[in-house]
Amino acid sequence: MSEKSAMSEKKAMSDTKALPPEHLQYPQRHYGMDHDLYSWEMLTNRKPVHWQQGKLALWVNVSLQFFPLNQRGLPFPPAGGMTMPYPDLRHFSLRDYGNRVGIYRILRALDKYNIKPTFAVNGELVQRAPYLLHLLRERGDELIAHGWNMDSPHYGGQSKGVEKELISRTLGSLRKASGQEVRGWLSPGKVHSENTPTLLAEQGVEYFCDWVNDDMPYRFNTNSGALWAMPLSTELEDQFILRNNLHSETSYAEQIEDACRFLLSEAQTLGGRILALNIHPWMLGQPHRIAYLERAFEFITAQPGVFSAPAHTLLQQCEQAMVEPA
Amino acid sequence: MRSDPGFYDYWPYLERPKLRWPNGARVAFWVAPNIEFYELNPPANPHRKAWPQPSPAVPGYSIRDYGNRVGHMRQMALLDKYGIRGSISLSTALCDHHPEIIDLCRERNWEFFSHGIYNTRYTYGMSSEQERDMIRDSMETIHRHTGQKCAGYLAPALSHSEETLDLFAETGTELFGDKGGFYTCDLFHDDQPTPINLRSGKRFVSVPYSLEMNDTIAYVVNKVEPRRYGQMLRDNFDRLYQEGAESGTVMCIPTHNYQVSCPHRLRAFEEALEYITGHSDVWVTTGREIAEYYLQNYYDTARADIQAKNASAAQEVQP
Repeated sequence: MSEKSAMSEKKAMSDTKALPPEHLQYPQRHYGMDHDLYSWEMLTNRKPVHWQQGKLALWVNVSLQFFPLNQRGLPFPPAGGMTMPYPDLRHFSLRDYGNRVGIYRILRALDKYNIKPTFAVNGELVQRAPYLLHLLRERGDELIAHGWNMDSPHYGGQSKGVEKELISRTLGSLRKASGQEVRGWLSPGKVHSENTPTLLAEQGVEYFCDWVNDDMPYRFNTNSGALWAMPLSTELEDQFILRNNLHSETSYAEQIEDACRFLLSEAQTLGGRILALNIHPWMLGQPHRIAYLERAFEFITAQPGVFSAPAHTLLQQCEQAMVEPA
Repeated sequence: MRSDPGFYDYWPYLERPKLRWPNGARVAFWVAPNIEFYELNPPANPHRKAWPQPSPAVPGYSIRDYGNRVGHMRQMALLDKYGIRGSISLSTALCDHHPEIIDLCRERNWEFFSHGIYNTRYTYGMSSEQERDMIRDSMETIHRHTGQKCAGYLAPALSHSEETLDLFAETGTELFGDKGGFYTCDLFHDDQPTPINLRSGKRFVSVPYSLEMNDTIAYVVNKVEPRRYGQMLRDNFDRLYQEGAESGTVMCIPTHNYQVSCPHRLRAFEEALEYITGHSDVWVTTGREIAEYYLQNYYDTARADIQAKNASAAQEVQP
């Protein structure tokens, strides 16, 4: 082939190169969101919430998780799960550490600073750690359902029947073990399917914590009833900062202190705010890390206007604010 | 494919014609908030995936939505406080989705430039016609909603074709003559504006838009700690300010409301803004104003200097 004809063939190829027409069509280009899951509303355009106990609510959620050794990883592996060829004993046992050792350090720290947390619990832990579940029941802290285990994700395209059974098994197990209604939900990995919000509302869940698009609770749309989205920051999670970003423990504490300062100052003029900390006993429960959590708790609880409350307590006040006249 | 895009010639950062910003400022400082819209269900581009999970990809989508629902007002308050007009790198579909944000920025006389229509629609795989249509749509949308003749471009999600800059410049000329489509933020080769070679011969410049100072690059790609990011911003300024005494430099902070406006990151950003704007001889400006000033005052001198330096260098290496 002559150079010239090769050139013209190449040119012809580049002329015919194109994406299918839908790539230049924009069916959702209209006011508001590009979906019907919730309404577009900027935080500052909403009626401010005034907490009964102060300006800034500290909501600590302790995630209690089970990562199975025989991880399937379908359709994606869980963050923090097994990464080595089977049997990945290092990750299995290091995660399990959280439920055996780390949690008891965390509990001590919470109690020292009089913090009222929620516990997001994998349903399978009811069978695996009945002692811990019994202890939580005795404490009376609010329990949130956290899916069956970390290798049982909820995801787009999942069979509705399979997901429904997964949710009902999880809720049933935790409701029985705790004696609580279990009104909250946190999907493993904060990923869910197109059906999850409706399935949760159908099974009596009042709020879920998967969406990180707000700093205050807001109403989600479902096909079956009311559901709130509770803000539980990923960016401020221990495992995001320490494991994903590889920041230092000192920086973890600093980031929380900076967030606390900022939210508290915003709450002085714009209405109540929530400092939501999702923590993992397998991460912060380590001997070299627990002091940094304590340092953060010490700082936060020393700020005038900060109070600690579990999620449902905060949600009730938001619901109340919505029905009260302005 | 080419080994070099051919947009600019080699031009040493040494003995360049002295650049002076208005009022003798040493540094032209601009902040470029990316105000973006990511689609939950974009058509799948064969060359780049929008989301790691099957839809709904809640983690990625929801934190980006946070930028618009929560973060925007926070960054805007800070820029107001330090007298900074944002130069918005805009997913122009946001004019339809969130006109409230557009109105707030327009009231403040911020600049709007094109960052494509959606940040989930990549240039990869587009024909020339498609890319031209997309760029034209984005520039027309900005004009329709703000009255501004879009001057600058940052390709959506930094996805380019070989023709991107040409198509943008040509579409700008078609729509607005010399008043539109005359600068790009897509190149990171310099700390001063530089002339860009285009097939049309249009007078067109690259305005430094630092990838290193970009909050998303710092926080997501390089995983920088927030206070260290604040320190990096100040260090970046210090050196550009020092060198700006000899010849004017440009400092840009490209931001995203879903990164810099998170509660744990605002303090570091605010401290940097306070530090930078607390200096005299800083021209706090916009991308468009930098490009216009440069085109009017230095473009021709720069072209001549580049040509002279390369010509004499070429002569010297000849045996």
